[in-house]
Amino acid sequence: MAARAEDINREDALQGIGCSRKRKEDPRFVQGKGNYVDDIKLPGMLFADLVRSPYPHARVKSINKEKALALPGVHAVLTAEDLKPLNLHWMPTLAGDVQAVLADEKVHMQYQEVAVVIADDRYIAADAVDLVEVEYEPLPVLVDAHKALDPDAPILREDLQDKDNVGQGPRRHPNHIFTWEVGDKEATTRAFDTAEVTVKEEMYYPRVHPSPLETCGCVASFDKVNEHLTVYITSQAPHVVRTVVTLISGIPESKVRIVSPDIGGGFGNKVGVYPGYVTAIVASIVLGRPVKWVEDRMEHLSTTAWARDYWMTGELAADKDGRVKGLRVNVLADHGAFNSHAQPTKWPAGFFSIVTSSYDIPAAQVKVDGVYTNKSPGGVAYRCSFRVTEAIYLIERMMDVLAQKLGIDKAEIRRRNFVKPEQFPYKTALDWELDSGDYHTALDKVLAAVDYQGLRKEQEEKRAKGELMGIGLVTFTEIVGAGPSKSCDILGVGMFDSAEIRVHPTGSVMARMGTITQGQGHQTTYAQIIASELGLSSDQIQIEEGDTDTAPYGLGTYGSRSTPVGGAATAVAARKIRAKAQKIAAHLLEVDENDVEWDIDRFKVKGVPGQEKTMKEIAWAAYNNVPEGMEMGLEAVDYYDPPNFTYPFGTYLCVVDIDKYTGQTHVRRFYALDDCGTRINPMIIDGQIHGGLNEGFAVAMGQELPYDAEGNLLGNTFMDYFIPTFVETPHWETDYTVTPSPHHPLGAKGVAESPHVGSIPCFTAAIVDAFAHLGVTHMDMPHSAYRVWQKLHELGLDKHS
Amino acid sequence: MIPSGFEYHAASSVQDAIRLLTENEDAKILAGGHSLLPMMKLRFAEPAHLVDINGLRELKGIDRDGDVIQIGAMTTENELIASEILQQHCPLLVDAAKLVADPQVRNRGTVGGDVAHGDPGNDHPAVMLALDAEFVIQGPEGERTTPANGFYLGTYWTGLGEDELLTAIRVPVIKTGTGYGYNKLKRKTGDYATAGSPVVLTLDSDVCREIRIGLTNVAPMAIRAEAAEDLLRGQVVTEALIEQAAEQVMAACDPAEDLRGDVEYKTHMAAEMARRSIRDALARARS
Ligand SMILES: Cc1cc2nc3c(=O)[nH]c(=O)nc-3n(C[C@H](O)[C@H](O)[C@H](O)COP(=O)(O)OP(=O)(O)OC[C@H]3O[C@@H](n4cnc5c(N)ncnc54)[C@H](O)[C@@H]3O)c2cc1C
Repeated sequence: MAARAEDINREDALQGIGCSRKRKEDPRFVQGKGNYVDDIKLPGMLFADLVRSPYPHARVKSINKEKALALPGVHAVLTAEDLKPLNLHWMPTLAGDVQAVLADEKVHMQYQEVAVVIADDRYIAADAVDLVEVEYEPLPVLVDAHKALDPDAPILREDLQDKDNVGQGPRRHPNHIFTWEVGDKEATTRAFDTAEVTVKEEMYYPRVHPSPLETCGCVASFDKVNEHLTVYITSQAPHVVRTVVTLISGIPESKVRIVSPDIGGGFGNKVGVYPGYVTAIVASIVLGRPVKWVEDRMEHLSTTAWARDYWMTGELAADKDGRVKGLRVNVLADHGAFNSHAQPTKWPAGFFSIVTSSYDIPAAQVKVDGVYTNKSPGGVAYRCSFRVTEAIYLIERMMDVLAQKLGIDKAEIRRRNFVKPEQFPYKTALDWELDSGDYHTALDKVLAAVDYQGLRKEQEEKRAKGELMGIGLVTFTEIVGAGPSKSCDILGVGMFDSAEIRVHPTGSVMARMGTITQGQGHQTTYAQIIASELGLSSDQIQIEEGDTDTAPYGLGTYGSRSTPVGGAATAVAARKIRAKAQKIAAHLLEVDENDVEWDIDRFKVKGVPGQEKTMKEIAWAAYNNVPEGMEMGLEAVDYYDPPNFTYPFGTYLCVVDIDKYTGQTHVRRFYALDDCGTRINPMIIDGQIHGGLNEGFAVAMGQELPYDAEGNLLGNTFMDYFIPTFVETPHWETDYTVTPSPHHPLGAKGVAESPHVGSIPCFTAAIVDAFAHLGVTHMDMPHSAYRVWQKLHELGLDKHS
Repeated sequence: MIPSGFEYHAASSVQDAIRLLTENEDAKILAGGHSLLPMMKLRFAEPAHLVDINGLRELKGIDRDGDVIQIGAMTTENELIASEILQQHCPLLVDAAKLVADPQVRNRGTVGGDVAHGDPGNDHPAVMLALDAEFVIQGPEGERTTPANGFYLGTYWTGLGEDELLTAIRVPVIKTGTGYGYNKLKRKTGDYATAGSPVVLTLDSDVCREIRIGLTNVAPMAIRAEAAEDLLRGQVVTEALIEQAAEQVMAACDPAEDLRGDVEYKTHMAAEMARRSIRDALARARS
């Protein structure tokens, strides 16, 4: 017993995997000691500001810089004409298209970048922007994606007019970007032809914006003497940015240093490269001085990457017991003015084909058409893996629609269709291999925790009294951890990730990764992985990311890929070190390598108590006393290319009450059970889940970037764009099961996006469920009081009797 | 998000503020700045001069003199909320102030700025109509007072002259037998009203002797629903009567469509807020 207690103490002292260790980054942040891009001030730094188009579609007739240049303190005004000789007026997107850095003869969206002004300070720059005179000739505007492919639709991208392929396969109209089709069409058609029941529902997933607290920006500094470019930038993928900068500027990668300092949230918004970055870099190269560009909130909401804007039609074929036989999905995807969709290059609709989710659906077929409109370009995965939020929204809505049609309980219909635990690894009809899962257990646990039957009974009583209460239920499966390089790359670079770990003589550790934290707590959790793997206290382990001069190449942090890929690299690199340490330990103990075994923080000689060497002792020896022929030092690098994605899952339940007279909704209860496999830091997991649920709540209940018929963007300030505060945010109850990933070195799956993916359809489901007894099968987001009231009013429920 | 250039003046007294307003073309008073500065940052407003009255202590504070409470124009929303005088004698203003914006804005935003700005979205104007408040105004020609009713002429258009300063607001004490209510529908913390309705009514053996129904953000300016008031005045107020009054409230509305809702929604919400405030006021008057 005493030995056991001592083991537990030794293990606890490490603060390794499973420990709710407090976040190492927080003392810095809560004291205002973070170092964000806008905190960076370099000697001689100038400021950039952008002239933007008030028109959504127009020809640029002329640009007159005279007055702006005459303003004291203005150093330069650059337009597409000036960038042309450098071939930098257009830049490649992650999706095979090009995007105008500064408008080249035409603007394609409101707020498009037309010219950049460089001045001594922000204030002069802002005044100079007003002095740049641009003459526009307005053109007919295309806002409605449904009209994009009409024969008489205005042609947006004249630059592509003679291209029948813009990097994503053949296209059939000047406003068409791609058609992406997957699945077995014949088998699906057969399933529908022979089905006992079919259901169909159309739904729109609105255009929303991740809107992290910190907007986008950079400080570019070109050293003319050494021809060395340093860029401090708000990027979720600094190494990729370096490669892109090299590809478009010709400066060797070794002379480009990209630094992502502290990042105030990304949520997908900071994956891409924006015109503002490029103009700041060009300005710095031209002027030989550091140039800062930081956008304001309106610019951020109006031009940087948003998410969704999917018009989806779902169809299910099933038998009369609700067993699904086939799934068919058609999507019209509005990508805006340029296809700057953030995606692994070959995935024009991301991983939308995860749409079969947790269900054993034998036949499925998906078709996505992408089109251009005069709206801002995108989109990105907003706190989700690529297009997974859309997919899960669709299937969860469809399962409810089917349940309603058949009069089967919404929990029961899910249970009947789940992939069963013994079916894993399970190959979906759309070709994913779900690694592990136990959906029944998760569902049962949630239903018991909330007394589901009791809630249904209460709902019945309320309905009898004319009150509106809804219960939403979602049982989702995510796909994260992009990804195996055989299927995923970005601009040709495989989507591996990396870790480089160095153990110092005294047993402290410096580790660097190719990912970059933006609130996920990497400095805390990666250290825990190393602590458990190496038996060194996590307090002695420093984690550094984000500086391309020091960190190993990695693809960055988005799509919940850090733990599945970067975390795996960390574990594998640590294991390489442990393998070397084992040899050193055996050498020190003068036994054979196979005669020692690992025990928490040391190697012991099997069966000989007291004969042992701690990792600390081994670290010291690694620098002075290694076996003959072994090189000194104790470090390792790993570039981890995952064999598969990971598939976290969960069951969410939401109870909502609706005020019949105003449309206001009150989320009375929200219960979220997540299974992300092995749990590295439960407190951070809870924090990530709270954050994801908050953003899910925001999306479902209020976020939207609407355009009017003339192409004007409405609601691009925080007065309209919904960021819930703690006043609006419901109380979250969290729970978990643990089904480790069989292929991940730690069994971990990634979690930060599950709550976003899972909660959004859950809110919709709860709202719709409140009206389900009146025959309502779907209501589009956002479920603002205004929108809910429209339904109440349409049904005459808001009348005072 | 950066305003165009302007000249800044710190007024040393009310007289000095008026002098600065008179002498400088295109000058604006700077109070809490929470309406003015956002408009300047968007360059919707580009005043050439700002006259800062934040240093004028004489414009702050809340005093009661018998049946009248005088509130200095520079009193902040948070000071209204914390005021024992108001909590006791005019709790409607406390309730309304709590619904204005968010705690940060309430920390600087002033009641004077709120009523002087002439924004139909602001809460205090309709509340002042319902309270039958009086505004104390200083100008080059001296002091004058004017009732809140009749002060609001249109969006950003009030009875305040360009070189005048609002110095104080006078509201009557709410006495036993008088009830009040303010209901405001908003999308989230810190939002202006989708629709709001302050109500003050006085009962005399359960007959409604006096009633004023104000409406926030459903017309070009703060208004009263006078036809609805007429319906209720002199009556024992029943649910059926409230329904009829609600119809009249809708008829009084002339809102502008925006992302908060279309005309139909805002009109219905004004009626719903009025219903709730009438019920609240009745319950308080009866208790
Ligand atoms: C995010 C946000 C949310 C808000 N939400 C609400 C809300 O829900 N409800 C609401 O009522 N308000 C709201 N406001 C507005 C806020 O309450 C303002 O503080 C108020 O409208 C103006 O008061 P101020 O002291 O800030 O005045 P300022 O902004 O300084 O001035 C406003 C205008 O009034 C003039 N003025 C100010 N004081 C005087 C005076 N004594 N005499 C003559 N003219 C004067 C100024 O010249 C200016 O034209 C919100 C503001 C923000 C930023």
